Amino acid sequence: MMNEHAEVLIIGAGPAGLHAALAAAPSGARIVLLDDNPAPGGQIWRDGPHAALPTQVIRLRERLQGYGNVQVHTATRVIARPAPYRLLVENEERGWIIDYAKLILCTGARELLLPFPGWTLPGVTGAGGLQALVKGGLPIAGERVVVAGSGPLLLASAHTAQKQGARVIRIAEQASPGAVARFAAQLPRWPHKALQALQFGSAVYRTDSYVLAALGSERLEGVRLMQRGRIVEIPCERLACGFGLVPNTQLGEALGCALQAGTIAVDGWQASSLADHFAAGECTGFGGSELASVEGSIAGHAAVGDQATAARLWSKRSHWQGFAAVLNRAFTLRPALATLCEPDTLVCRCEDVPYAAVQPHGSWREAKLATRCGMGACQGRVCGAATAQLFGWQPSTPRPPFSPARIATLLCIDDHPPT
Amino acid sequence: MPELTVNGRTLRVAAGTSVAAALAIAGDGRTRTSVGGQRRAPLCGMGICQECRVTIDGSRRLACQTHCRDGMQVHTS
Repeated sequence: MMNEHAEVLIIGAGPAGLHAALAAAPSGARIVLLDDNPAPGGQIWRDGPHAALPTQVIRLRERLQGYGNVQVHTATRVIARPAPYRLLVENEERGWIIDYAKLILCTGARELLLPFPGWTLPGVTGAGGLQALVKGGLPIAGERVVVAGSGPLLLASAHTAQKQGARVIRIAEQASPGAVARFAAQLPRWPHKALQALQFGSAVYRTDSYVLAALGSERLEGVRLMQRGRIVEIPCERLACGFGLVPNTQLGEALGCALQAGTIAVDGWQASSLADHFAAGECTGFGGSELASVEGSIAGHAAVGDQATAARLWSKRSHWQGFAAVLNRAFTLRPALATLCEPDTLVCRCEDVPYAAVQPHGSWREAKLATRCGMGACQGRVCGAATAQLFGWQPSTPRPPFSPARIATLLCIDDHPPT
Repeated sequence: MPELTVNGRTLRVAAGTSVAAALAIAGDGRTRTSVGGQRRAPLCGMGICQECRVTIDGSRRLACQTHCRDGMQVHTS
């Protein structure tokens, strides 16, 4: 079994991870960059038959390939932490161990998916979820699509669907018109973001509107919305529904990094509470790809001891942090979204646990032990975040394996006892 | 243009197409049957929810995070 050593190990090859690698690479340190997707780029720079990567991203990739000291492992997941400064990882073919001196967590964020009647029907996806599937080649030409939930991601998802020939017939934003207008008014302060503002005026865009139920028996046939106080039903083939983002803090938590307000806590150098462990991008709070990129650069420079270069990027980071603050204020979720479930609505999709079984419990742990909620293949990544929103529960610190793994991979731990 | 087999049906897809997309091109896009007997399809599209797990060449994999390859055998459950 091949062991690997990294002076800097970076988990996640989205905007933050790519920039961290590029910042650290000129030092000559041996850098290993891991990502569970088949190609680097993260969620925002996802390549595929229906995706057009910005030229700046293609250039980033090319620059990275020019460094002989950077090893990129795609389609690779972190499975366990058998000892400090050591991770067990797995790809399609094998499991192996990586020892590291410094670690940079660039684990990004996932979508907040909330349960509502019918959300398990085929045809219902996340908003970012539909965008990712479409970029990967999912055919949706001619289909009627309703996009619902909250945040600017709804517009991005609608845009991608439309470009591939779908008919986006409604974009339902739960936030109030005032909140969206205040957000849009701030956008000209961040020039690249200004383009997005134009779409808020789209004829199908409705504020104060949210999903009540997905309708259909075998697959999605329509959606019931609360639209500015009135209930409407819209026939459609797809519902893309996402309520914002949840930082992926699981690995950081499992390693022992302190959290702050649900994100990995970092200082000015993007250093976490744990020595030699850094974090950058959406796992430290949301702010979009520009903020993630500059945070990644700072972390990369700091991890190889170049604090002077890192510090020169602080003002750029503050600029994008302002955008993040405006974003997070505008799209606060309304309490009604926590009351959409019927008693038989499944909260845990892995173990098919209904709302009525979960709701009587007082905590995540209690519900988990009594109902198996959160004990399935996704390990509570979906229903843990949902019950945090529904009941204010705090999901427990994840335990290995962090992802379903092959037995042969787990056996690698025995081959390499802690030294 | 990789050629793969989905539940016994052969199809050719554009390079870089995900297995999740191939399932929709080849059929109804569904991936698995839940413990309660519901048929499911991909939800998150980014390797989190595990709804898209299928059998690819004998191992359980996530359809949304796997590119189609020549000769690949995909089975849904």
